[in-house]
Amino acid sequence: MMLRKVAIVGAGLTLFRRRLKETPQEMAWEAARKALDEAGLELKDIDCVITSAALDAYDGVHMRGEHIAHSGGVRKTVSRVYAGGATGGMATISAWYHVASGLCDKVLVIGEEKMSHALPHPQSVFRYIWDPITEKPLNPNLIWIFAMEMYRYMKTYNVSKEEIALVSVKNKRNALNNPYAQAAANITVDDVLNSEVLVWPVNRLDVSPVSDGAGAIVVVNGDVARQFTDTPVWIVGVGWNMDNPQWSNRELAYARYVEESAMMAYKMAKIERPDKEIDVIEPHDPFDYKELHHIEGLKIAKRGEAPKLLKEGVFDLDGDIPSSPSGGLMGCGNPIGASGLLKVISIYWQLKGIAGRMQVKKPVYTGLAQNWGDLMQMSAVVIMRR
Amino acid sequence: MVTPIKKSEEAVTIRYKLEAYYSFSAGIAYTKFLNGLKEGKIIGRKCYRCGRVYVPPRMYCDDCFRPTDEWVEVSDEGVIETASASYISWTRDKLEEPEVIAVIRLGGREKDWIFPGLFHRICGKVDVYRLIGKKVKAVWREKREGSINDIECFKVVEG
Amino acid sequence: MRVGIIGVGWYGFTPSTPELSFREMVFEAALRAYEDAHVNPRRDVDTFVSCQEDFWEGISISGEFAPDPIGGTLRPVMTVPGDSVQAIMHAVMHIESGISKVTVVESHAKPSDIITMEKIMEFAYDPLYGRIGARNFHFLAGLDAVKFMERTKATKEDLAEVVVKNKRNGLKNPRGSYSSSLSIEEVVKQPYVVYPLTSLDISPFTDAAVVIVLANEEVARKYTDDPIWITGVGVGYDSTMELSDLGRSTYLRLAADKAFKIARLHRLENVAFFVDDTYSYKELQHLEALKVQDPVKKLREGELYADGKTPVNPLGGHLSEGRPLDASGLALLLDAVEFMRRGEFDKAVVASWRGVPSFTGGVVVLER
Repeated sequence: MMLRKVAIVGAGLTLFRRRLKETPQEMAWEAARKALDEAGLELKDIDCVITSAALDAYDGVHMRGEHIAHSGGVRKTVSRVYAGGATGGMATISAWYHVASGLCDKVLVIGEEKMSHALPHPQSVFRYIWDPITEKPLNPNLIWIFAMEMYRYMKTYNVSKEEIALVSVKNKRNALNNPYAQAAANITVDDVLNSEVLVWPVNRLDVSPVSDGAGAIVVVNGDVARQFTDTPVWIVGVGWNMDNPQWSNRELAYARYVEESAMMAYKMAKIERPDKEIDVIEPHDPFDYKELHHIEGLKIAKRGEAPKLLKEGVFDLDGDIPSSPSGGLMGCGNPIGASGLLKVISIYWQLKGIAGRMQVKKPVYTGLAQNWGDLMQMSAVVIMRR
Repeated sequence: MVTPIKKSEEAVTIRYKLEAYYSFSAGIAYTKFLNGLKEGKIIGRKCYRCGRVYVPPRMYCDDCFRPTDEWVEVSDEGVIETASASYISWTRDKLEEPEVIAVIRLGGREKDWIFPGLFHRICGKVDVYRLIGKKVKAVWREKREGSINDIECFKVVEG
Repeated sequence: MRVGIIGVGWYGFTPSTPELSFREMVFEAALRAYEDAHVNPRRDVDTFVSCQEDFWEGISISGEFAPDPIGGTLRPVMTVPGDSVQAIMHAVMHIESGISKVTVVESHAKPSDIITMEKIMEFAYDPLYGRIGARNFHFLAGLDAVKFMERTKATKEDLAEVVVKNKRNGLKNPRGSYSSSLSIEEVVKQPYVVYPLTSLDISPFTDAAVVIVLANEEVARKYTDDPIWITGVGVGYDSTMELSDLGRSTYLRLAADKAFKIARLHRLENVAFFVDDTYSYKELQHLEALKVQDPVKKLREGELYADGKTPVNPLGGHLSEGRPLDASGLALLLDAVEFMRRGEFDKAVVASWRGVPSFTGGVVVLER
């Protein structure tokens, strides 16, 4: 079956900040308005809306999809996609098949998260993501599971904290070029190692910060894309995959579900050598080691080799495969429902050549955005081409 | 343009506390598991077709997609797969003494990608940097009530 | 469009299911669906769509538990929280876009595990001005019913007749745990819960898991001689609580417009309806949104009964089976598939709603 061509023609982001005054709907509206403005469209032109909203507990409302659907979905086909941290990427994939199926022509994806107002602390909301019977009674903090995965990765491939901290340094430095970023900074590896130890081996500067923010994209049928822009960005490959939630029953040093999702997308995009055929990447980086973990899962580096390539500068802005040129979640902040969209939008800007000071040095034709989510389970990959 | 603020007092806020209480049905697998813990045993469930042992137990094998076949008791001794030391509580408060937690592999062969295992605490003051690969044994509470906390923690076994 | 339903499976539809955890329930339903479809999920299924929401489950990111009971471990699994007809729409899109040949949709509910249901329902109302401390979250349905009855001149007896019809229809349905044989007088005599609704006008909750296997036309014809086809699907959303229409189901009319257009369904002749009846008056209000002319008159004339010209909820609907939260859409779809497999009707319309305080609904058009 011929897959219909689908393009992104507009994108919008709000500032990502630790605390914003606006309500979830107001944030989502601003991002949606910007995306529509870029595409030159009005809300009445949109027929389908996808809400990318993660934990209901964050916004503080049950049936959260309905709650923010008002920011663009009034009297339209609206549905919500929810895949933990991978929500934004999965929503983009949903938008792709909304259009590719022929059931929708112009889709608006709105993603947002309001984390700042959760009490006693936004991190405490993660108390409820665990298995209620075998895990929650141990009162785990979310960072524990990342810390354990990070330690396993370090031990298995002989990677040091210094090597991992380079991701934090790189991304926060890249974020200095991003006007929306929350946590941009010029730091050194020592700064990371000397920051407060939260859950060993994770230090405070190894983690992306809690954030409020929203993002939106407009996705249209390829046949009409050039009515809205001279440079549509084509979605040429999508893939997603979920492992079971039994993270205490499997090897954590390598993420098979990332590989599976990547292979699905590569097959569709007809990519055989991802390390040669992809020009710029935005792997999910809620923690610095995660970027390396995912680069290996995406088969852009061999298992355990990403730290070496990082040290060689391969993933720098002027490297062979620039990674997280937007600053990623480490540099911009992590409002869950919108952070996946940040990754997609960054690649969109790179391919359109409108990333401003974030623009990578080399010419780019093919870009990849990857999202991760849930209990070390979910990965969603979107491959775009100019 | 959105408005960054420093403190929640700079905006009008409404407080709401949700009373969300659930009584999670343990089902067949977890009921057996919790009863086993009460008796001081770790119960798993085996799939004959692929040989995989599920701990915590499950009534279906997710690889073969068929019901699992037999209850098995696994040893309460295992090997640390990975570990971590937490200096913060689930509310982000600082802890006086770090809490050490780990994933403990309770069976299977060393090179198995998938294995029966439990997530739990490690007893006492330990050097978290050297924990991977160490043998551990469960320390059971005196009074048990059928909960994962019937195991106090896993203690590193010398030798 | 022709997307084939090649397998259905379910478990539960009883007020409580303490013997199984929700994952074990979903496994039972999935097993039955795959047996019906003759499909091996580890080999033959391309994508999986799950429908569940955090505060119904009591687990944040409840979609974490979706893959393993449906055979989706290390496969493309995603979650569409909302009414399960929205999940069906996504699954249809997977197939129509070409990315999948066989897609499985799963939804489940265990309201019996929820101790503070009223608090969870209140939590769905707007945090700034919707949580008015109402003693009964059904109040929004009461307001809606009053407006509907005023406009259409439907009476309390009409509402009671819907209750009597549906609860009797469910007596032969193994899922109809709340069926009974009542008279209109018995229903009308009940005290009000929220005017004008008595407790019998409100469908109770039920535990259930439902799994549906969909396939594209080519594959469907290989698996079965006589598949039920989905020829149209649509989802509609109105607006926030204070701006949405009360007294009419605009959300369902939007969904029906889309679904009927895709299915090229212009005339509603020889069609059986499986319509959300969370509240008795909603069945009539939803029929009106589905462009059924004068549903109140048709009810009074007996046309909507199981043996009438336009049977509505011939297997009992939610009033008889109970309402399995977000799996309600799949429950109605299940009823429709079973009814059509009996061979009497060749077309069916399934219309679902998410319940208060939402204004979201979905429509699926089925053909044989």
